[in-house]
Amino acid sequence: MPIRFKINDVAVEAKPGEGLLDVARRNGFSIPSLCHLESVPAIGACRICLVEVRRGRRSKLTTSCNYEVLDGIEVSTDSPEIRRHRAMNLELLLARAPSSEAIRKLAAQYGVSQPRFGPIKYNPLPNCILCELCVRACTELGHHALTTVGRGDRKRIGLPFNKPADTCVGCGACASVCPTHCIPMTDTLTKRAIWGQKHDFVRCSECGAPVITKKHRDHAIATKGLPEDYYDVCQSCKQIATSQRFAAIVW
Amino acid sequence: MTSPFKNAAELEKHQKQLQGQKQLPSTIAVCTSGCVAYGANRLVDAFTKAVKSRKIGDQVRIIATGCQGFCERGPLVVVHPQEWFYEKVDGKDINDILDSALKGKVLKRLLHKDAKGKTYQKESEVPFYRNQKRLLLAQNSRIDPCSIDDYLRAGGYAALAKALTKMAPEEVIEQITASGLRGRGGGGFPAGVKWKSCRAAASKNGVRYIICNADEGDPGAFMDRALIEGNPHSVIEGMIIGAWAVGHPGKPQGFVYIRNEYPLAVERLGIALEQARAAGLLGKNILGSGLNFDIQVNRGGGAFVCGESTALMASIEGDVGRPRAKHIHTVEVGLNGKPSNLNNVETWANVPLIIDHGVKWFTKIGTGDVSDNPWGGSKGTKIFALVGKVKNTGLVEVPMGATLREIIYDIGGGIRDGKKFKAVQTGGPSGGCLPESKLDVPVDFDTLVQEGSMMGSGGMIVMDEDTCMVDVAKYFVGFLKFESCGNCTSCRDGLIRLHELLEDITTGRGSEATIQLIEDLAETVRASSLCALGTSAVNPLQSTLRYFRDEYLAHVQDQRCPAKVCKELITFTIDAKKCNGCTLCAKRCPQDTIEGKKKKPYTIIQDNCIKCGICMDVCQQDAVIVQ
Ligand SMILES: Cc1cc2nc3c(=O)[nH]c(=O)nc-3n(C[C@H](O)[C@H](O)[C@H](O)COP(=O)(O)O)c2cc1C
Ligand code: SF4
Ligand code: SF4
Ligand code: SF4
Ligand code: SF4
Ligand code: SF4
Ligand code: FES
Ligand code: FES
Repeated sequence: MPIRFKINDVAVEAKPGEGLLDVARRNGFSIPSLCHLESVPAIGACRICLVEVRRGRRSKLTTSCNYEVLDGIEVSTDSPEIRRHRAMNLELLLARAPSSEAIRKLAAQYGVSQPRFGPIKYNPLPNCILCELCVRACTELGHHALTTVGRGDRKRIGLPFNKPADTCVGCGACASVCPTHCIPMTDTLTKRAIWGQKHDFVRCSECGAPVITKKHRDHAIATKGLPEDYYDVCQSCKQIATSQRFAAIVW
Repeated sequence: MTSPFKNAAELEKHQKQLQGQKQLPSTIAVCTSGCVAYGANRLVDAFTKAVKSRKIGDQVRIIATGCQGFCERGPLVVVHPQEWFYEKVDGKDINDILDSALKGKVLKRLLHKDAKGKTYQKESEVPFYRNQKRLLLAQNSRIDPCSIDDYLRAGGYAALAKALTKMAPEEVIEQITASGLRGRGGGGFPAGVKWKSCRAAASKNGVRYIICNADEGDPGAFMDRALIEGNPHSVIEGMIIGAWAVGHPGKPQGFVYIRNEYPLAVERLGIALEQARAAGLLGKNILGSGLNFDIQVNRGGGAFVCGESTALMASIEGDVGRPRAKHIHTVEVGLNGKPSNLNNVETWANVPLIIDHGVKWFTKIGTGDVSDNPWGGSKGTKIFALVGKVKNTGLVEVPMGATLREIIYDIGGGIRDGKKFKAVQTGGPSGGCLPESKLDVPVDFDTLVQEGSMMGSGGMIVMDEDTCMVDVAKYFVGFLKFESCGNCTSCRDGLIRLHELLEDITTGRGSEATIQLIEDLAETVRASSLCALGTSAVNPLQSTLRYFRDEYLAHVQDQRCPAKVCKELITFTIDAKKCNGCTLCAKRCPQDTIEGKKKKPYTIIQDNCIKCGICMDVCQQDAVIVQ
């Protein structure tokens, strides 16, 4: 049985257990968000995806990413009240991540250009907004190499037991999901440096470009049952090879 | 206790036997809870030794009890059956107390004296107790918490026998609903309604968790601790009745989540659980009813947020204690994904009383009408930890609907040191501060919320005229910014920023725009945070802005702290007319910043003054003025 409800007076359908934000987006409604990806569990950290949900006679403000849809609810994705609180939360986040382009842009859409708050005092990873996407991505991929440490005003993203984790494969997923690009990761042709470790790259046997870290390759081959030589050639060389084969057939 | 009770009749028989037994002529009850801080443990040892050496063990029984309430006057000792109430008892008093007990003559010098010099013999006559209604705490100065027989003798476990043999689970739920019992842990949610949904929730293998919240993270609160240390079986009995009502027939399982900082409570709870097992009141086929139920103890790590229901369950599961969204309630999907019924210690302790004495008896106490709506009033009593600037601090139990004035003045004895009352904060760190004009409001769940505060779990902090309300707001915001789990932007960063803004005001850097920003930000913290820590964190702030706005304005408009607390806004000076040049202040000033010649007026060199106020405290001429 699908769940049926309304978003901004438009009837929509969803599967039981789906998150409201995902359903809304699939149906073309835009709701801003900073800490949500469909592929990781929602935690409702940034408080930007606020919507109003009416259930029977009761109406409340709630974040949509971690709201499981229910039959008969009526959702509105915009109102002066919603905008006001999104704007304030963006102002708080802009003060945390003043040099993040993504936050600046989103904040500007809500009329916030200069936060009324100074630099955040405890700030071990500049521009981090504590959305935990990195931690959740790493955990979801099965690496468990990142964690949150502490609580309240001393909360931060860190390494388990405060030392580089053996389980980190240098995949870079954490850095690529980070909305503020604040995780330091530097790649050279031969090595990737991230979270206090250096990982050797597998180099493409055709063009020499870095393909994947060796540790990541070993992990992927072991867990996904891929052929041993799967990562020997980089994506673009594989594509060239395919199109050459294709061309040989056509002509 | 010999063998486990196989059925209710055996339990009743044993109870009758206990009640018929002749008691020793005297029982001396020594508080060993917080009074331990004043040496109460040594008292118990000394009493026990003295009884042994004087060979009067056949006449006097010494018991170590939980908190007896009037902590201000501790260590407390009550002598039964006369109920003589002795305060500030010292090792030297032991033989006198024993003599008086043996002779049956009260020991006058240890009795309580009120401000007018009137003395009181019996505990129940002392004004602090006289104006209370002690139902849950009734046994705290009577029974040995480590003796199940004491509890049984006082009628304990009769309610359980009644529920298990004469009432269907649904009937128990109906009674609890009809009683209007609302959760004592904070939210005031009707217990019966919660039980009913938990019973109705689907559970594939029939497992339902019956959980007791004994995390009690509010600084200064000790209601739950007192119940567990003083009468642990009352909580256990409540939980077994709950297991019957919510989880039978099925697989109900019990947990007590208790603060690790409460070693004595953990110990006494453990002993009580062992005794209940040995008596067949926990385990398989309890009293022959078919109910199988046991209780496991989990020790909490001490974070305030772990008291929140979803964080608590995460913590029991071994995860970091942090809240999650509760759009689907924990009664349906809670601990380990199973239906879970969480209630507070005090809520559980009420259950046997209601089953025992009936709905009619319970609904007579309290406010409103719950006959067809469990939200229609607040029934029963509530325990408060009364602390701060009142004369009589301690643990008080009053009927719901008692006024703040009754609690603070009739029981608390009014404000200390002849000062004026300023505010009372109810509800723990996220409660609101109410002013003098609200002293006559009845203390019940709904009125407190209406007035901008809340019942919370029962903290009550009284503040006098020397308290700066901006400073108070800053203190609580500071506590909560530290205790927030840090998940939500609005709660984590909102509280960090509110604390900074309040700091601006208390140091004279604030303006009216600061107040405006505080108000806007507080609304966002309340409206957009995930759990109740965030949504209620701004109560102290918003209530002080509502009732003590003039104090905020004095700070930002005139750079003045009316209560003379905020250091940056006050100056200490010496009144040359009053100063006799005694040199005392100059000698004591930690900054060496008071100058003058002996017998001539002294002056304070302001630049180095750190506003510690020592000069003012030591001056006997009242020559030091603070402005
Ligand atoms: C931050 C926070 C801390 C809490 N701490 C406690 C606590 O220490 N003890 C408690 O019984 N309830 C506490 N609660 C309330 C619980 O979440 C829950 O509502 C309560 O235990 C339910 O029991 P009741 O209905 O019997 O009150 C807390 C709630 C929040 C939001
Ligand atoms: S690079 Fe390391 S820490 Fe980052 S997601 Fe991959 S395994 Fe996790
Ligand atoms: S490092 Fe990036 S992804 Fe991780 S919590 Fe911070 S902002 Fe989010
Ligand atoms: S409101 Fe505060 S304590 Fe509650 S989940 Fe959010 S950050 Fe954590
Ligand atoms: S307030 Fe303290 S530092 Fe200042 S003058 Fe008095 S004693 Fe010295
Ligand atoms: S203590 Fe008082 S009287 Fe003595 S020197 Fe200081 S101000 Fe003067
Ligand atoms: S996207 Fe929902 S709270 Fe961040
Ligand atoms: S701790 Fe002893 S009376 Fe409260």
